[in-house]
Amino acid sequence: MAFDYDKWIRPGKLPHIWCPGCGHGIVMKGLIRAMDTLNLKKEETAVVSGIGCASRLPGYIDCCTLHTAHGRAAAFATGVKMAKPEMNVILVGGDGDGTAIGGNHFIHACRRNINMTYIIMNNYIYGMTGGQFSPCTPTGHKASTTPYGNPDPGFDIAKLAIGAGATFVARGTAFHANQIDKLIAEAIQHKGFSVVEILDDCPTTYGRRNKYKSVIEMMNRLKDVAVPVKAAEKMTAEQLQGKVLTGVLYKDDTKPEYTAEYAKVIERAQAAK
Amino acid sequence: MEKKLPKIEIIEKYCKGCHICVEFCPKDVLEMKGFYASVKNLEACISCMQCELRCPDFAIKVTNE
Repeated sequence: MAFDYDKWIRPGKLPHIWCPGCGHGIVMKGLIRAMDTLNLKKEETAVVSGIGCASRLPGYIDCCTLHTAHGRAAAFATGVKMAKPEMNVILVGGDGDGTAIGGNHFIHACRRNINMTYIIMNNYIYGMTGGQFSPCTPTGHKASTTPYGNPDPGFDIAKLAIGAGATFVARGTAFHANQIDKLIAEAIQHKGFSVVEILDDCPTTYGRRNKYKSVIEMMNRLKDVAVPVKAAEKMTAEQLQGKVLTGVLYKDDTKPEYTAEYAKVIERAQAAK
Repeated sequence: MEKKLPKIEIIEKYCKGCHICVEFCPKDVLEMKGFYASVKNLEACISCMQCELRCPDFAIKVTNE
């Protein structure tokens, strides 16, 4: 049976601005399905974003939304969550917005372990501003600002999040559309800062510079590089060369959550009067 | 008993012609007709919903009566 996406989409907002074949639409569908399965209330759900292609997503979703300054989604979302801890706060953004301009906010949100979910759509490039290389562009790949190949090594967002202290880290791809909503639903249910990295495709500014002939070729690449965590356990290091693990990569339920800890601070301060 | 066919609705207003639905349909049900996707062989459809799931543009709806 067809899923009714319309109840979560602002009337008259479609078609969206994303290019033909861009995976952001697939991720948005996954997010909508996840919110619907969890029966989230529109007035108790806030979707917050920064700037970029991926950050246009909240404009289409019919719930509380916030489109903020470049890279500052985590900062604004922290404000929302601290003022209203009962809200489900979901952050969306791209790899440039999340790990370059907003890199500092991102690691500190991870460190605080505040109960929010960050969905990072990693398309390896700054799509909206004209295809400049981002911290996630793989070494040697071309962007408008690295026409002879990118000399920098790319970030591994999942490892960065785990290292910074996030307590739930998962990874999916735009090709594995069925898995996206399950990962996002699990992340929203997790009490603590959860990061879901979705590997995405940008046919317009990344694909055509890096000799991908079509959207289908980019999608097939995502299919080829993704290895589920369980399957990877049985594989050798050699077989895993060039592959990317998908699924729930890290989960820790023991770390205290920030809004709960802050409530205790308020209690202590009021008792001290 | 006659097989009940699903209904595949393609919203041309939303379709951007990215070919994803056509390429990833396991039963080769869809084709590109000009700029938009269209149904070529509805008989073969097994309602796996892959096209609906993968369409980035909310342009396909598959319904079973």
